[in-house]
Formats: sequence, C-alpha cells, structure tokens
Amino acid sequence: MKCSEFLHELTNYLDGVLDDTTKVELENHLSWCHNCYVVCDTTKKTIEIYRDSQLYELPENLRTRLRSAIMAKCQQYKKRGPESV
Amino acid sequence: MGTIQNKLEGPVTDELTLVQAAKKGDDSAFEELVRRYDRNVFRIAQHITQNREDAEDVVQEAFLKAYSNLAKFQEQSKFYTWLVRIAVNEALMKLRRKKPERTVSLDEDIKTEDDSLPREIADWSPNPEQQYTQAELREILSKTIQGLPPGFRTVFVLRDVEGLSTEETAAALELSVPAVKSRLLRARLQLRERLGRFFQKRGSGNGDGKSGDGEQ
Repeated sequence: MKCSEFLHELTNYLDGVLDDTTKVELENHLSWCHNCYVVCDTTKKTIEIYRDSQLYELPENLRTRLRSAIMAKCQQYKKRGPESV
Repeated sequence: MGTIQNKLEGPVTDELTLVQAAKKGDDSAFEELVRRYDRNVFRIAQHITQNREDAEDVVQEAFLKAYSNLAKFQEQSKFYTWLVRIAVNEALMKLRRKKPERTVSLDEDIKTEDDSLPREIADWSPNPEQQYTQAELREILSKTIQGLPPGFRTVFVLRDVEGLSTEETAAALELSVPAVKSRLLRARLQLRERLGRFFQKRGSGNGDGKSGDGEQ
C-alpha cells in the first residue's frame, strides 16, 4: 500500500468499516511508514478531542428558557395558524 | 491503533411512538422530543453559525418548523435525522444572511485529492489537550473549526461530534455517501493539521512536504 492509498482509506479505517484484507495492508503500511502512522494517530486524536470537548453545551437555564419559548410558539401555531409565529 | 467509537446517545426505541402521539396533537410528546434533541440541535447550530444567539434562534426555528410540518414527516426515516436536516438548513440560512458576499453551501467544489495531503507531519505530545485549561482548549477548538468551510465543518460535526452514521449524515445533508466521506476526510485532515500548531511536540520537526518518506 502506498501513502496515497493509505490516505484514501484513512476515514474508513478510523470508522472501522474496512474489509479485513485492506485493514491488514493498511496496518502493515503503518508499521513501517512513520509519517502515515503520525497522520493516522493525530487524526484519531483530533476526532476524540472534539468528540469529548463538550464544546457548545447548552446550559440548563437557557435550555429551559428555549424549551418554554418553543412550546409557546407551538401553542400559538396550533391556535392561530402559521401567520401567528 | 483502534478505531473511533461513535457516541450515539439517547434511546431511540420509542421515538416513533412519541412522533405518532405528537402527530395526533399530544404536545407533551412533542415536548419530550424537544427535551431529547435540543442539546444536539444547539451544538450543531452553533458549530455551523459560530454564534450563540444565532444558534438559539436556530433551535427555536427548527423545532417550530418540525412541529408545523410534522404531518408531512414520513416515518420511514428517523425523526432525529429529519430534524437535523431542518436545523442545518436553518443554520445555513442564518450564515447566508450574515455573509451574503460568500457562498455558503454544502456543495462546495471538490478539489483534487492532492489538496488534502498532509503538509505537517510532526507528532503531538502525549495527551496534548492537557497542556491547556478547559477554557483555553475550548477556545482553540472553536477557533480551529471556524476556519473550515461550512460544508466541511457540518459533515465533521454530524459524523464525529454527534455520532450520526455516514448514511444518516448523507440523508440529513442530502449529499451522496461518497461526498460525505470525501468531505469528512478533508475536514478531519484539515483540523488535524490546524490543531498541530497547538499540540505538536516541542522541538519536533516541521513537515517535510508530503506523507510517505517512510521511517526516519
């Protein structure tokens, strides 16, 4: 497997959807190609850091306020139709 | 090296029951759907709009739109995927209104494969995120993802932050599966490269221009 082929399969590899043969070839490539190993490892870390970051969590007080506003608008819509909201 | 595990949260078993009850006029069932997905919609909206007030508006508009169009919802797909599609469209509309000079679209050109080749190969410190406080880290992550085109960051957020499958992401964004995969790869590689500025090992080398020179 060449480096360009590794890159092509990187997303499938990280998502765990590679077939066994390609996975073995890719892991074999990673065992000797340091650059691709680093790219793979740091891409995986990138995903994990974002996934675990709790970026843009909705604070509970804002959440309650938004939910009340949504339900009030829904009630309005139900009573008076699309023009009301 | 292991694979990434998705964090698909929340019970989905009785989503359909709630939707059917809401369709019959049970507002408490709809409120339960709001309660179930409001955090996700808010996160997606803020990632796309990069603005908290806009994200609040998007949450309200998306749920109201879902409520008023509930009768049209086909139950073959998941309610959440349908809701995400509405929220993404609302968020993109907000962006378009704010930046009319820029095209804001999910259909940005797919350039040649070469433009996603990593230029920076330097390794990162172990647990690089621990070098920063939570507030600093959030700032870094937020600034970094802002630099991606909206079409890329939307795919990244749906797949890697919210844990939608490739197929669900494609359905929510009305893109093909290969288009989602292509954008996801480029989004991941671009974020990796940008984060490298903050996370790489001190004194470790700069990139040598391309991947593929083997063991050094």
